[in-house]
Amino acid sequence: MSNATINGRRALTLSTRARDRVQVGRLGPSRLRIALSYAVLVPVTILFVSPIIYMFIASFKPNNEVLSGFGVFSPQDLSLNNYLSIFSRFSGPDTGTFTGFLTTSLLVSSVTVVGGLAVNSIAAYALARLRWPGRNLLLLGVIALVIVPFEAIAVPLFYMLDGLRNTYLVQFLPFIASPFSIYLFYSFFAGLPKSLEEAARVDGAGAWRTFFSIMLPNAKPAFATVAILQFMSSWSSFLWPVMVIDDPTVRPLPLAISVYVGTPPYGWGNIMAFGVMMVLPMLVVFLIFQRWFIRSVVASGVKG
Amino acid sequence: MATIKYDSVEKTYPDGTKAIPGISLEVRDREFMVFVGPSGCGKTTVLRMTAGLEDITGGRLYIGDRVVNSLPPQKRDIAMVFQDYALYPHMTVRDNIGFALRMMGRPKSEIRQRVEAAAARLSLTALLDRKPRNLSGGQRQRVAMGRAIVREPQAFLMDEPLSNLDAKLRVQMRAEISSLQRQLGVTTVYVTHDQVEAMTMGDRVAVMKSGLLQQVAPPEELYERPVNIFVAGFIGSPKMNLFESVLRRRPGGGAYVTFGQQELAIPDDVLRERPALRERNEGPIKVGIRPDGFFLSPNGPSDQSLQVTTEVVESLGNERMVHFIAPVRKASDADARDQRTELEEITPDGGTSMFIARVPPYPKVRERETVRLGVNTKGLYFFDEEGNSLL
Repeated sequence: MSNATINGRRALTLSTRARDRVQVGRLGPSRLRIALSYAVLVPVTILFVSPIIYMFIASFKPNNEVLSGFGVFSPQDLSLNNYLSIFSRFSGPDTGTFTGFLTTSLLVSSVTVVGGLAVNSIAAYALARLRWPGRNLLLLGVIALVIVPFEAIAVPLFYMLDGLRNTYLVQFLPFIASPFSIYLFYSFFAGLPKSLEEAARVDGAGAWRTFFSIMLPNAKPAFATVAILQFMSSWSSFLWPVMVIDDPTVRPLPLAISVYVGTPPYGWGNIMAFGVMMVLPMLVVFLIFQRWFIRSVVASGVKG
Repeated sequence: MATIKYDSVEKTYPDGTKAIPGISLEVRDREFMVFVGPSGCGKTTVLRMTAGLEDITGGRLYIGDRVVNSLPPQKRDIAMVFQDYALYPHMTVRDNIGFALRMMGRPKSEIRQRVEAAAARLSLTALLDRKPRNLSGGQRQRVAMGRAIVREPQAFLMDEPLSNLDAKLRVQMRAEISSLQRQLGVTTVYVTHDQVEAMTMGDRVAVMKSGLLQQVAPPEELYERPVNIFVAGFIGSPKMNLFESVLRRRPGGGAYVTFGQQELAIPDDVLRERPALRERNEGPIKVGIRPDGFFLSPNGPSDQSLQVTTEVVESLGNERMVHFIAPVRKASDADARDQRTELEEITPDGGTSMFIARVPPYPKVRERETVRLGVNTKGLYFFDEEGNSLL
């Protein structure tokens, strides 16, 4: 029998199988399966969301009701007192002000994100696509650095940047270049079709122009991911500010809340209000960038 | 417009692999040159070296009268169409086509006018403000062409631009590209693995194997006078039947070749026209018969026909493909040796091989039927024992 016939028969078998699959697809998963999925997903969702809802509601409750178990979820005795008390407790140069903490955190995180996106994406592009001596060695170094925890380099860094203590600069300078972000960008750039850049080169674009006009607009998912990750890491950074900041006027939010928690009188409602105000900006950043989080536009430009 | 001249152009990779041991060829001004060959034969490497996307490690490449070996792609004045089209996903069709002109710093009004002219030529005017993701495969292919023609370059380089299209669209685009190239008169180097594309589009076709040019000739010449069994087997669809044979002389004059136990007489005028065959001593030889060199001939003379048992018969409406197995060893070059069907086997006495004949639909031929197939012995191809040269 010839190949053609053999192939013909194989094709027939495949098409029958494909038809079966289509039918299965049309029927969809069974109701039992859906019920089981919900039985697992609903409790897991509640488990993860409830602390946030708890924090949000408790921030409007008097201090003595915050630790009253499920009673905290009852919509009674709600007020803005906790928020107002935070603003009144932090109102002088010796304590710092809440808006001061917020400004510091926003400034430090924004510079970390903007600087991080610029520096890490350019470094990753050079590693992924340009040819230069020592490239593979450096890439290996970057990958190795991904697994080094910050705690391991905190002390050397502390001595290296001793002269910059109690400044904004010291809070973002060590975090702009991030091996993890470089690696993330690197993986993304390495996955973009090479022909896009080659087409740009043939069209007359140099390396910089190719990066800014072709690679960058197609790397939005990578930029969004890095922006979210670097913002989150900078926004909630605690160990480093503890080491280098003791001036309340340049104190970031995580450090401020820790000072607040450790200073009597202890008010859980106030702490919850502080927590809410700390989480909200992070939520906003996530909402801005999340639509690019999974989206990938590149596949649509190539292949027929 | 320009000529493209490859003067012993070589490509050796840093690990020492010689992808192109050295090719020399001149693509004439306004010519449509097709590089064709199996995967890994080096045709795309040659194209990429021409574009400046791969370094040239030896020899000289001329575009026009300039040596361009060390010039970057943008300074070679060429335009390239990529296999995956490489359209910029975030740009509209208008911006995609106009990108190269923007890079050249042309005024906006000129860019608009040239982009619109190119779009009109390719029937893309209505799609100018769409993004590539909203285009069909054929439309994307046109945009890729638009991006190439808008620059009015010295040469077009095309890397299998039709391979992502379905069969019907491929036939249509094939004709459109050929016609466009003729209208514009731009020297074109086109790479494909599809011999039908090569034969239908090229003014000349360069057949490559293992980084070496096997034959450069117009399509008809490749078909009629392939220089070796690689070209003979590669060009033509279905493939030429090539088999190991023995050349024998008849005592009273004349000669014949064997097909297993059967004999095929070589016509006297063929011997007259081919001195290399006429002078050749008796002995092993490789012979080729195109599938359309067979015809049904129930009462044909035994030295101009073969008695075979059909294995599979495929009806295409206007013709039938008759596959038959014969106790004859297929002749193939080193690259094709593993491409045997599962019914073929090699044994010390030669083994069996599958052959194919293209015959008219009537009289009807059935599977597993013994038939006599006439052979157009004037259309036989004879190669030396190694298959390296046509006799």
